Amino acid sequence: MSSVSTAPDVTSSRVQPRGPGSPMLSPLGRQSRGRQLRDHLARILVWLAFLVALAPLVWILWSVISQGYHLLLDSGWWTHSQKGITARREGGGAVHAIQGTLLQGAVTAAISVPLAVLTAIYLVEYGRGKLARTVSFMVDILTGIPSIVAGLFIYAVWVTTLGFQRVAFAVSLSLVLLMIPTVVRSTEEMLKLVPNELREASYALGVPKWKTIVKVVLPTAFSGIVTGILLGLARVMGETAPLLILGPYTKSIATDLFGGYMATLPTMINQDRTESLQPAVDRVWAAALTLIILILILNLAGRLVARLGSVRK
Amino acid sequence: MASVTGVSVADELPGPDGRAPLAGDGARTGRLGDRLFGGAAVGAGLVVIGLVTLIGLFLLWKAIPALAGNEANFLTSREWRVSGDHPRFGIVEMLWTTVAASSIALVISVPVGVAVALFITHYSPRWLARPAANLVDLLAAVPSIVYGLWGLRTFGPTFVPVQEWLTAHLGWFPLFSTTSISGSGTILFIGVVLAIMVLPIVTALSREVFAQTPVAHVEGALALGATKWEMIRTAVLPFGRPGVISASMLALGRALGETIAVTIIVSALSQGTPWTWSLLNGGETFASRIANNAAEFDSPQKTGAFIAAGLVLFVLTFVVNAIARIVIERRKAFTE
Repeated sequence: MSSVSTAPDVTSSRVQPRGPGSPMLSPLGRQSRGRQLRDHLARILVWLAFLVALAPLVWILWSVISQGYHLLLDSGWWTHSQKGITARREGGGAVHAIQGTLLQGAVTAAISVPLAVLTAIYLVEYGRGKLARTVSFMVDILTGIPSIVAGLFIYAVWVTTLGFQRVAFAVSLSLVLLMIPTVVRSTEEMLKLVPNELREASYALGVPKWKTIVKVVLPTAFSGIVTGILLGLARVMGETAPLLILGPYTKSIATDLFGGYMATLPTMINQDRTESLQPAVDRVWAAALTLIILILILNLAGRLVARLGSVRK
Repeated sequence: MASVTGVSVADELPGPDGRAPLAGDGARTGRLGDRLFGGAAVGAGLVVIGLVTLIGLFLLWKAIPALAGNEANFLTSREWRVSGDHPRFGIVEMLWTTVAASSIALVISVPVGVAVALFITHYSPRWLARPAANLVDLLAAVPSIVYGLWGLRTFGPTFVPVQEWLTAHLGWFPLFSTTSISGSGTILFIGVVLAIMVLPIVTALSREVFAQTPVAHVEGALALGATKWEMIRTAVLPFGRPGVISASMLALGRALGETIAVTIIVSALSQGTPWTWSLLNGGETFASRIANNAAEFDSPQKTGAFIAAGLVLFVLTFVVNAIARIVIERRKAFTE
């Protein structure tokens, strides 16, 4: 299951019992001090846990923003690559990496979205019996596959067996493996939410099944599916492990998916992570901030789409 | 949905005008479209099956020759020399590092994650519940390389005094004995970073099951005079236990396979470093060793050795995830 699933409606399903926290008379008499104490202790611990969980988030965001923001304010960051820039020199931008990340993300989405959505349609609308259970099980396995293993697999196929070079397209292929399960699962959930009455009404009008799916089911679940796709994309765009194996870094702009190296934001961060010279360090944090912003935009867009048109029961 | 067949069969009965209802105006039953679309859907499902099978087969196919040429015991050797004519490699050290770090991550993240889930579902003020849930989800949106960078450059230096305190006061305990590693690249530290990374997974799933606690259980407990904590202990936690277990398993799966954050942070040991149980030692997980050596995949023998390590990791995460699924499925069977 994706960790950034569309949040369930926490507030509505919440139970808000009134009063029992404060001393009151129960049928068994007054609550003893020990029980009250334990109740208070639990309340304090739970609050504390929440604050402890927030601390790293705030800390991470603070260190990335405070050390990365000033380069992002420079217009050169968004228009120049790192071509000819050494660790010692200031300047240069991240446009090569941003472009690489977006391009690989787009290719990944283009391959995995049709496959994943069709698989979800199969699981919800067509699948029954052994085959459907097998497909569902395989999706579960894909969900759990570590990203480095996905990278290794594509390496074993693309480079060792087929004899190709390490190129951007191979990176996208490995990301496809990671994106498919998240999109299948989220799409599946959304399709299940579509009320059966809609399908039956459509069949009653004599509409064939495939048209019912395309014209009734998919449009009803559309926003939810888009949300799932955006969240899945956000996840794979921040992925680094397969890129270490399949997508070496380069300092200049590259657009060829099938030849030469292509830079991405994660590999740009990885490249200079151990550098101690200040210009390079600044660029590492700035690249990290750029990546976070990019992923955050995708996440927010996903939530926005979900809010604008959710499946109504 | 399984109950709806959707096969559009033309009605046999003639319409009011004496013609078959659909045949008259030449309407199609859509059978061809159905066949194409249904075929595409089944095809996509088959592709997924094929992909997973291929992954398993390919990894095996590439790993077996390398394993056959291995002159050390793959499962018990601590060595890792994959180049040359006499490769000797084993996984036991990686296995220890991986499992130890992931266990630390679980020990920290499960109690905290469950408490956070309780906070969101039962303790927080109403206005705070949703923002709190979103904030914790935001932790999952931070890319792992940023965790690595932050762990290496910011969190790590702050953590070193904690480790020094541990060795100074608990050094007699084998798990905290002194080692050659002085910085923050220790198993303990990656465990802590992994704990932060998997926290949103534990919280998200626990939150979902806690919110589903039957209102009757909650009200029953409260009506009997339970305090809020007693209500949670007797109604919410028992109901959510399977969910929490599977959440922990999914988190464990994630922690086992996490690559780049671990690779960046952990200090690799040089060959022949004496064995120690200390958590303050460095080491390499499966994933970090593969990632660290990604540039050296030049001969089939070398690549095969790393693929063999990847295969073990694959099996490990597979087992853990399977356990999580089984627990979820069993819970479903109970509640329905």
